[in-house]
Amino acid sequence: MTNNNKTLRVQSSPHIHSGASVEKIMRNVVLALLPTSGFAVYAFGITALLVLFTAILSCVLSEHLLCKFSNKPSTLGDYSVVITGLLYGMTLPPGLPLWMVCVGGVVAVGLGKFIFGGLGYNVFNPALVGRAFLQAAFPVSMTSWMPAFSPDRFHVIASSTLTLPFTTPHYDIIASATPLAAMKFEQHVSDTADLLLGLSSGSTAETCSVLILLGGIYLMARNMLNWRIPAGIFAAVILLSGVFNVIDESRYGAPLFMLFSGGLMLGALFMATDMVASPMTSLGCFIYGVFIGILVVIIRYWSGMTEGVMYAILFANAISPHIDRLVQPLPYGFRKRKTRWNPR
Amino acid sequence: MRWINHTAIKTFSRGVHPADHKADTCHLPIRQFPFAPEMVIPLSQHVGKPAIAVVRQGQEVLRGQVIAIADGPMSVPIHAPATGVIQGMDLVPSNKGMIPGIYLKPMPGSTQEVNEGTPCHLETATPDDILQAIQSAGIVGLGGAVFPTHIKLTLGDNKYVDTLIINGVECEPYLTTDHRVMLEQTQDIMLGIRYLLKATGAKRAIIAVEANKPDAAHALNQAIPPGLAVSVQLLKVKYPQGADKILVKTLLGLEVPPGSHSVDIHVVTINVATTAEIGRLLPHGRGVQERVITITGPAVAKKGNYLIPMGTPLRFALTTLGVSKDINAVCLGGPMMGPAVANLDIPITKGVAGFVAFTKTKTERKQRIFACIHCGYCVEACPIALNPSQLGLLAMKKDYARMVHDFHLRECFECGACAYICPSHIPLVQYFRTAKAMYKKEHVSDSLTSATVSIK
Repeated sequence: MTNNNKTLRVQSSPHIHSGASVEKIMRNVVLALLPTSGFAVYAFGITALLVLFTAILSCVLSEHLLCKFSNKPSTLGDYSVVITGLLYGMTLPPGLPLWMVCVGGVVAVGLGKFIFGGLGYNVFNPALVGRAFLQAAFPVSMTSWMPAFSPDRFHVIASSTLTLPFTTPHYDIIASATPLAAMKFEQHVSDTADLLLGLSSGSTAETCSVLILLGGIYLMARNMLNWRIPAGIFAAVILLSGVFNVIDESRYGAPLFMLFSGGLMLGALFMATDMVASPMTSLGCFIYGVFIGILVVIIRYWSGMTEGVMYAILFANAISPHIDRLVQPLPYGFRKRKTRWNPR
Repeated sequence: MRWINHTAIKTFSRGVHPADHKADTCHLPIRQFPFAPEMVIPLSQHVGKPAIAVVRQGQEVLRGQVIAIADGPMSVPIHAPATGVIQGMDLVPSNKGMIPGIYLKPMPGSTQEVNEGTPCHLETATPDDILQAIQSAGIVGLGGAVFPTHIKLTLGDNKYVDTLIINGVECEPYLTTDHRVMLEQTQDIMLGIRYLLKATGAKRAIIAVEANKPDAAHALNQAIPPGLAVSVQLLKVKYPQGADKILVKTLLGLEVPPGSHSVDIHVVTINVATTAEIGRLLPHGRGVQERVITITGPAVAKKGNYLIPMGTPLRFALTTLGVSKDINAVCLGGPMMGPAVANLDIPITKGVAGFVAFTKTKTERKQRIFACIHCGYCVEACPIALNPSQLGLLAMKKDYARMVHDFHLRECFECGACAYICPSHIPLVQYFRTAKAMYKKEHVSDSLTSATVSIK
C-alpha cells in the first residue's frame, strides 16, 4: 500500500467520460460520406476519383504546412480536415481542372479555417469557402458539367481535368444542363426518380439523394447531426416552393424537384450541419434551417444563378451566432429576465 | 409489482446517461466493517462552524459518547465511533488539507456497546424537540452535502412546508448505498419520515426512487404504514436526477427561484439515508458514529456495501478489502461529483456515501483538449439549461463577471454533465469552479475598496 500515494491522480470531477470525442464524430462523418463518394466514382469514373483525391490531398497538405509554418502542433489527427477536403471535392464539377481543385483547397483551409484559429473557431464552413472562391474566380469551369455514366468513364480521364496550371481548360463533351438549369432556362422538369437515384448530371457527389439521405440518417441516429437543421431546410423549401408552384407551375419548380435537385440534399445534411458554424440551441438550429431554406428558394427562383445552396449556407453561417443569442434557453428558476449576450 | 404500472415514471428534460456500474454491489447486503487501529476524526465534517472538542489526550471514551460539542446553532456535535483512548488532538488529514481533529485508538477487546443518550419519542416530542434531537445526534445531509439537517428543517417566519421529498434517487454511478439502505432499513426510513413530517408540519411525503431500483421501491411501498400520507414515485434513470432542484421540478413541476431554497416554495428535500438515520438514532438518543458506504471501483477486490465507523482511514479500508496494484485514482462519493483523493490517510466522514478506486485503464478522461467545436452536446446536457459552451469560452478569456451576470454561472451546481459529454474533453466544471472562486475574490476586493471609500 505504501507505493500508492505517489501514483494517485488528482483531477477535477467528473472522473468518468462518455467516450464521445472529436475524432469519433469526424470519423463517423467520413464514414457517412463514403457511400455517396463511392457512387460519385461509379457515376463519373476516374475523373471524379481524381477530383476527390486531389481535394482531400490539397486540404490535408495545406493544413499540415500551415501548422508547421505557424509552429503549432499538427491537427491532422482530428480528421476534420479530411471532412473539409472530402466535402469540398464532392461539391465540385467532376471535370474541374485539378490545378483549380488545388487552389480552392488551399483557400478552403487557409482562408476558411486556419485564419480564424483552426478547428472550432471558423465562422464559415471551410469547404464552402473554397467552393465560393472557385465560383468567383472560375465561373465558366465551375458551371461546365460532365455527363454522368459515359461508357468510357473508367479508363479515360476527362480532357479538362489535366489542364496545365493557369491555362484555360478545354472540354470535349459538355453535358446537357443540370436539372436546375434545365428548369430555369428551358422549363424542363426532370424526373424525380432520376434525381433520387443520381442519374442526372451535377457536382461530383451531389447527385444521388438516396445515398446522401442514408448517410444523414446514420449520423442522426448516432446523435452526430442535428436533425432540426435539415428539417428546417426541408420544411421551408417544401412550403415556399409548394405555394409558388401552385401559382405558376412552369416557372417555379415543384417541392419534390426542389428538394432532390442540385446540392440541396448534400448541403442540408452535411454542409449546413457543420457543428462549428451552426447554432447550438435546438430552436436556434431550426430557425437556422428555415433561414437557409428560404434563401435557397429565393436564389433559385429569382436570381441569375441556377443554384443557391452554397450562398444560402454561407450567409446563414454568418448569422448563426446571432440566432443563438436570440433564442438562448431560460435557465432553471428564471421567469422572465432579459439576458444580454454577445456570442464568441 | 402491480402498483408500478399505475405510477407514471417521471423524468426531467436534458441530462446524461452514464453507465451506472451498480450491478457489482447493488445485490450485496450491508456488512459491518472492522475497527481501524487508529481513527481520524476531523472536527469539521459538516457545513458550518467546526465542533469544539471536549476530550483530552489519554482520555477513555465510550462508543457513541459526545467527543466534540456543537459550536452554536450552525454546527453539530461529533460522537466517538469506538470505545477507546484519545491519542491526541492535532491537525488531521482531510480532503481540504490538514484541519483540526482528534486521533482515537479503539480499545481491543472492548464490547463496543453503544453509549445511549436521551431518547426522543415520536409521540411526546414537539417539533422543536425533534429538531433539537436531530442536532444532538449530529445528523447532517448524508448524501454528500453535509448541511446540518436541523437547519434545513428550521422554518423562518411565515414559512411553511407542505411536501417532504425523500431523495432515494442515487443517480451517481457506482454508488449503491441508498439502494441497500432502502432495502434493509425500510422501517427506519418510515419512522424517520414520521419524525420529519411532525417536525416540519408537512402534509405528505414523496419517496423518489430511480427505476433501476424497483426492488427498493417495492419494499418501501409495502412498508408504508396505513394512514400515513407517503407515496413512492419511480423516476427514469438519468443523471443528475437526484439533485435537489431537479428533483423538485420533476416531482412537483415547480422551479426553485435563483438565490432561494426549496423551502421558499414549501418543499423540503431530505436524503433517504439521512431519514433512515433519524429513524434509527432518535428513539435511542444515539449519535452518528457509523454510516453505510459503498466501496467499489475496478481497483477494489472485495467490493461491497459496508457499515463503517466514522474516522476509518481510506488506506485501512482499502487494505482490508484488497486493492489492485495499478490503482490510479480514488474519488470520494460518486465519480460525477466526488472530489479526487490526494492522500489515502484521510478518513471516512459523515458526507462520504462511498468511494470509487479506479485503475489506470479505467480512468477514462483523456488528456488531449480540443477547442470547442460548438456541437451543442453540453447545451443539451445541462439540467438547468445553462450554456456551458459559452461559459467555457468566457472562462478561457477570464471574463468572470460576464459569466456570472449574463450567463448565470452561480446557478451551476457542478453536476459534471457537460464535462462528461464534451467530445473536446474540455474540463468545463473545473473552469467553472475556478471562475466562481476568482469572481468571489474580485468581488470581495471590490466591496472592500468601496467600503474604504465610504468610510472616508
